[in-house]
Amino acid sequence: MEKATYKKPKSLAEKEFSYCPGCHHGIIHRLVAEVIDELEIQGKTLMVAPVGCSVFAYEFFDVDGTVAPHGRAPAVATGMKRAMPERMVFTYQGDGDLAAIGTAEIIHAANRGEKITTIFVNNAIYGMTGGQMAPTTLLGMKTTTSPYGRKAETEGFPIHVSELLKETAGIVYLERVSVSSPQEVIKAKAAIKKAFIAQKKGLGFSLVEVLSTCPTNWGLDPVESINWLNENMKKEYPIGVFVDKVGDIK
Amino acid sequence: MAERIMVKGNEAMAEAAVRAGCRLYFGYPITPQSEFTEYMARRMPEVDGVFLQSESEVAAVNMVYGAACTGHRVMTSTSSPGFSLMQEGVSYIAGAMLPAVFVNVVRGGPGLGDIQPAQSDYFQSTKGGGHGDYHLIVLAPGSIQEAVDLMETAFRLADNYRVPVMMLADGMLGQMMEPVVFPEYVKLDGINDHSSWALRGTDGREPHKVTSFDIDPVRLEEMNTETHKVYEEIRSKEIRFETHDLEDADYILVGYGTMGRILGSVVKMARKQGIKVGLFRPISLWPFPYDELKKAAKGKRFCTVVEMSTGQMVEDVRLSVEGALPVHFYGRTGGMVPTPDEVFKELVRLIG
Repeated sequence: MEKATYKKPKSLAEKEFSYCPGCHHGIIHRLVAEVIDELEIQGKTLMVAPVGCSVFAYEFFDVDGTVAPHGRAPAVATGMKRAMPERMVFTYQGDGDLAAIGTAEIIHAANRGEKITTIFVNNAIYGMTGGQMAPTTLLGMKTTTSPYGRKAETEGFPIHVSELLKETAGIVYLERVSVSSPQEVIKAKAAIKKAFIAQKKGLGFSLVEVLSTCPTNWGLDPVESINWLNENMKKEYPIGVFVDKVGDIK
Repeated sequence: MAERIMVKGNEAMAEAAVRAGCRLYFGYPITPQSEFTEYMARRMPEVDGVFLQSESEVAAVNMVYGAACTGHRVMTSTSSPGFSLMQEGVSYIAGAMLPAVFVNVVRGGPGLGDIQPAQSDYFQSTKGGGHGDYHLIVLAPGSIQEAVDLMETAFRLADNYRVPVMMLADGMLGQMMEPVVFPEYVKLDGINDHSSWALRGTDGREPHKVTSFDIDPVRLEEMNTETHKVYEEIRSKEIRFETHDLEDADYILVGYGTMGRILGSVVKMARKQGIKVGLFRPISLWPFPYDELKKAAKGKRFCTVVEMSTGQMVEDVRLSVEGALPVHFYGRTGGMVPTPDEVFKELVRLIG
């Protein structure tokens, strides 16, 4: 008997992704859309896209959406949620957007316990603008603005967003995941689901950090990129649950 | 009859916004407008509204953006350096054609400046302080009562045109107290029904998208052109100004806001001494009453513009009269407010 093992989630729009081959945005988009479908919240969800590679994310999800100024998505989402507290609101942001220019907005949204969810995609580089150094860029990593490799003396250290945020009292769910193997994809989806459930229950702010590849700007092919992520990024940014005040969702 | 009560300008404007149906306020403290924010902190919970003190003006304006995406009446208030910080968000709000109201209780600048009244944000307010082709509707009340009366107009204009509206006040209007009669509470009853575009959840309909963004230059040009058609409509319909003693006047004084009101006293002083002078007070600074001022200036000997700045609106006055008569300027800056006496002396000096 035939059995469908995969189908496109309803909450993904009929639009071709603008992402490069081997980039993980596509997987992460699908996981978010599947969670929206499974929680049956498509009709009551508002989303805020960032500035960066995922600037078009508001087009890719079949929900009401906008695109915020660079880094300001948590403030925009705050305004939406306060205006319509019964709606589900999420932001989708990269590491340039969230961890550099948007540092103040994410910390204060988390600290206020805004009942919104953030999907934070960390690929340790600025993708959209062509591979510049991000605050998350690893030491020694070459980018177009750290052409000799990032040095702590002059460029500072890779910033650990989840480790910083776990100290804010308003955050109720915080996990760092990766999508570099099928098992990890399943775990990532469970994390995203729990983050949305935290919001649905009105508990507070939730965020899932997803480690992602950037084959184009890392100068690696997709398989090499996954290996590089596993060997380097996971050492700097260990995956795991930082905050879980949601409890058992079964 | 409605009761007249003594109220501080900042608080009066805040109460007027509540009565205009605004239930969403996001702001950050800054002198000389902080009483506005404090008033909203007390008042919004009484009307089941939202008050949020943001971490910065940058965050406040983006919260306004988010709330405006849902099509509900929303506002913020600030003073000059704070409005500078908001320019990014203002540009996005204008680009995305979102209704929102801003109050700028202007203080001395540039930079940190001081906390005294000024009118030195005219360029920033009327010419677009942020990036891109856009305008705010800018209203400049001359008294607290007028600010109160214009507040609902500000929200209505924002709703009707989906254009952000700026109420351009100054430290004098914000800080002084005057007797005020408040209007009744506005019943919104669909007057701001934005269900055709607002982000409120699809509930089965096609998704709505609100952006100031299109990567395709052909489409972005179309988008900007559509916005400018709206601006043209506003230019043709929303000019506001007031005149006094213009008909037989030999000379015209031009000023807005607090300065316009002071010029009213100058006109009275001059008339008592037999000097025929009249007043033209623009209330909408954008759209500016170019044609109306041109008509008013016809046949007059000269025009004197007085501002609490080194001369900003005077450029629009010169554009209005197109060289038909001399345009003089008198201004004080840095928080200094010209007195009726000193303006009168300047007028006498110019008459010669």
